[in-house]
Parts: sequence; structure tokens; C-alpha cells
Amino acid sequence: MNQTQFEHNYAPTWADYEKTLTQLEERAPTITPDAAGFPASYRRLCNHYALAVSRHYSPALVDRLHGLVLRGHRQLYKRKDSIIRHTLGFITVDFPREIRTHGRLFWLAFALFFAPAILVGITTFGQPLMLHAIAGEQMAAQFEQMYEPGGDAVGPHALRSGDSEFAMFGFYIYNNISIGFRTFAGGIIFGLGSVFLLVYNGVFIGAVAGHLSHPPFNAQFWPFVSGHSSFELLAIVISGASGLRLGLALIRPRGYRRLDALRQAAPGAARLVLGAALMLLVAAFIEAFFSGSALPPSVKYWLGVGGWPALALYFTLSGRRRRP
Amino acid sequence: MAAALDNIFGYQTPEGIELRHAVSGPLARGLAWLVDLAIKLTAYLIIGFVLAWAGGVGVGLILIFIFLVEWFYPVFFEKIKGATPGKKIFGLLVIHDDGTPLSWNSAVIRNLLRTIDFLPLFNITGLITMLCNNRFKRLGDFAAGTVVVYGNQATRRPKIADASPQPPPQPLTLEEQRCILDFCERTDRLSLDRRHELARLVPSLANSSEPERKLLAYGNWLMHGGKRA
Repeated sequence: MNQTQFEHNYAPTWADYEKTLTQLEERAPTITPDAAGFPASYRRLCNHYALAVSRHYSPALVDRLHGLVLRGHRQLYKRKDSIIRHTLGFITVDFPREIRTHGRLFWLAFALFFAPAILVGITTFGQPLMLHAIAGEQMAAQFEQMYEPGGDAVGPHALRSGDSEFAMFGFYIYNNISIGFRTFAGGIIFGLGSVFLLVYNGVFIGAVAGHLSHPPFNAQFWPFVSGHSSFELLAIVISGASGLRLGLALIRPRGYRRLDALRQAAPGAARLVLGAALMLLVAAFIEAFFSGSALPPSVKYWLGVGGWPALALYFTLSGRRRRP
Repeated sequence: MAAALDNIFGYQTPEGIELRHAVSGPLARGLAWLVDLAIKLTAYLIIGFVLAWAGGVGVGLILIFIFLVEWFYPVFFEKIKGATPGKKIFGLLVIHDDGTPLSWNSAVIRNLLRTIDFLPLFNITGLITMLCNNRFKRLGDFAAGTVVVYGNQATRRPKIADASPQPPPQPLTLEEQRCILDFCERTDRLSLDRRHELARLVPSLANSSEPERKLLAYGNWLMHGGKRA
């Protein structure tokens, strides 16, 4: 069959196919690929394309068929969305499961964050000037000012209106979730970026906490931070674990090429960091609208302390049953 | 079919055919990045002006907006539209290595890792990584298994100029036949001198006065057989 006959025979088929394709490519397609018999006509077109290539028909025809195949391929092989559409399933099942799957990495990140935090915290408690060495004079003074009795930024005596609370909410989202994402991304440098950010944040938070545990600041500081502590600190740990997951794939690829190991590890790591982002969102909400409110410290303490076992139960128990 | 230095890579689909994609280089992607940057900055300015009067709530909303745009602008557009507006302008498209459209997961991975590709400044890490592999992937592309290619090009459908069909003087291999057809399809975009020059590369036509007419005749014969179309 020469090219002219070939084109003549199949032009109507191609026109039909292209019509369906154009409908599928619309913003809100009214037809589904299955209903329109699209897979069958796609395979027929693949066959025609293969024939055109093997018979060395003119490049223009081959290109045209290739273009049609390519567009069809993009319609037919759309991937099922996993994160956004199934947010609820993600929260109740996928995220806690992912944490259990990577339990060792979680504890490694936990140690990398809390060991320096506790060590530096105790040291700074004994030597309050440590904070000046770690954070610099200016920042240390800022922290003191924030948490002194009647301090301006936070605390029960602060002049907080709904207005400034929302501003802080925006700031916590912008700042904290960005830190979580960076901790994840840093993992691609063989885990080094994540390790650094975990230890760095541990040291910094430990120093601030140790310093501000002295009167007169402690009466402001602990009620303020306890409420959101569980969500915020564990989310940073989980972001770190997600980055370590990337790094580990590169360091120990388990028989794969390093880049392939990285590609396999990435989706699980992304689930971890997205879950951490949701936790940071909750933390930002608590921090902005609850931690700085005029509620009595005892209430804040109890809710703050309660967050830890609640999250532990959520991580260990949620999503154990098989999906319905 | 692709030459060794081509920017085309093929992927074999389950249907047994090879899909071919043209990988896009650092220049087009860099320019697309600049366009996206300009779009984002404009959006910040507008939102900033609009919400400036709203006090604390405005500040909060601006910060949330900046956060969302900074991290999720490319995620959103690459998943929904296949490319950010900047990439669209340059005809680029982000796809998986196997040619399928981007999933949410891959879009998130490749764009969260942008932070590292940006280091130490102006995407230098990303640029170096891109220059070290044949598909111009940055680190985020490696982790997500994605690649940036040129999207649908307008398909050209040139007609081969009509000429009285004439069989080639000797049997031609398929490769040679395709070469002649390729030439015939391109004649209308070439100058007369260039046409002569190219056609004379065929040894038997080296001394012919109108070599491209001969080739057109062969081309017509290959396309339509002995009959005139």
C-alpha cells in the first residue's frame, strides 16, 4: 500500500479519533475515555503509526500520527491522584502508616533534634549567657523582651486583638512550614541538609528554652509554647525524617542505581513532609489563636501535655485496619 | 532514528510504539523561570496593595498568600495545566519519564526540591546538574522522575509539490526513500540555490541542471506510485 492509499483509507478514522481527543482535552470534559471507546481507537492509531514508521512514509505523515498518539497517550495514562483528592484518607491512613514504615528514620530524626535540644537546654539553664553566644546579643534581647512580664509580643498580658492574631497565624504558616519543606529538600544532599537543620533547630530551641526557663520569663514562656509544642516539634522531626529518607536512598541504594533508589524513596518522603506540613498548620492555628490567649496557664499546660500522647496514639494506632 | 547528539529521547509504550520527546535545555527553562518570577512578583505587589488597608488580617493573608505562591504555584500549574505560565510561553511541558502527565506527588516532589536546586543562588546547583545528564534534569527532576520537554508542536502538513512521477533509476533503501521524501516536503521552505545545492549531493544528479525536479519526480513516485495523484 503506498502512502496516498494509506492516508485515504484511514483519514476518517483519524478524524474521529482527533474529535474525541479534542473533547477529552477540554477543561471539563463531558465524556470519559472509556465510554467514548477511546482506548480501542488509540490502539488502532498506535498500529497505524507503527506501520507508517516501518514503511518509511513521509516524515510529515509520521510526525502528524506521532503527535496524535502523544496527545492520546497523555489522556489515557493520566495517573490517579494520591494526595489532594484523598486528604481524609491521607490523614487517617496513609500518613501514620508512612511514619510506622519509616519508624527507624523517625527515631533517628527525633534523636538528632531532641538530643542537642535537651543538652543545650540544660547547659543554657546553668549558664544563661549561652543564649547570647548562640543567638547573638540582639536576638537574645528580643526573646527576653518578648517574654518578660507585660511583654509586647505574646503572653496573657499582651495586647492581642483578633487582628494581630491573624497576622501571627499567617507568619507561623509562612515561616514554620517553609522550614519543614527546607528540611525535607535538604535531604537530597545525602541527608546532610536535613541533619544540619534538625541539629541547628534543636540547638537553637534548646538554648531559648533553657534561657527563658529562668524567672521572670518562665511564667510567660512555658504557658505560651506548651500548647503547640507537640505538633510543632514532632512535625519538624517528621520533616527531618522525610529528608533523611531521601538521603538514605542515596547513601544506601540497596542494589539499585542511586538515582533510581532516590526516585523510589521520593513519594514516601513526600507523604511524610506533607503530613508534617498539615501538623504545622494545626500548630500555627494553636499558636496564633490559643497559645497567646488569656486562658489560665494550667489549661494551656494540660492541653500542651495532652498533645504528646494524643499524637503518639495517632501515629501508632491510626490506619491499622485495612482500607474499606 | 535519533542522531547521537539529538535532544530527542524515546520511550517504548505498552502498545509497542516509541513515543519521542524533545527535551528542553537550560536556556528555555531559565527564561521560563524568569517569566514566572515576574508573574509572582506582580501578584505579590497587587495583593500587597489590595490588602494593605486590612490591618493585621491583611498582613496574615499576605503572608499566607506568599507562602502558597512560593511553594505551590508551580505544583498547581504543572499538575493542572502541564506547565507554569512561564513554561507555557516557551512551549514547555513537564511530564514523567514515561511520557505520562504529572501526578500531584511528582509535582510536589520536583518543586519542593527546587530550594536545593536554587542554592547557592540563581539555580546554580540545578544548572550544573542539568548540564551533567543528557535529559537536562535538575535534582528535583531526578527525585520525581520527571523531565521537561517541548509540548505539542503545531503539526506541519506540507504537500509535496506535484510532478510527473518517475521511478528512481535504482532500487533505494527505506532510509534513502525517506531522505528524498523529507527533501520534497521541505522544498517550499528552501531557496532555489539551496535546493540545487542539496539535490546535487545525490551522485547521479551532481551534474544535472534541474536536480530538484528529478527528486520531486522520485518523491511523487514513492508517494503515489506510477499514477499521477
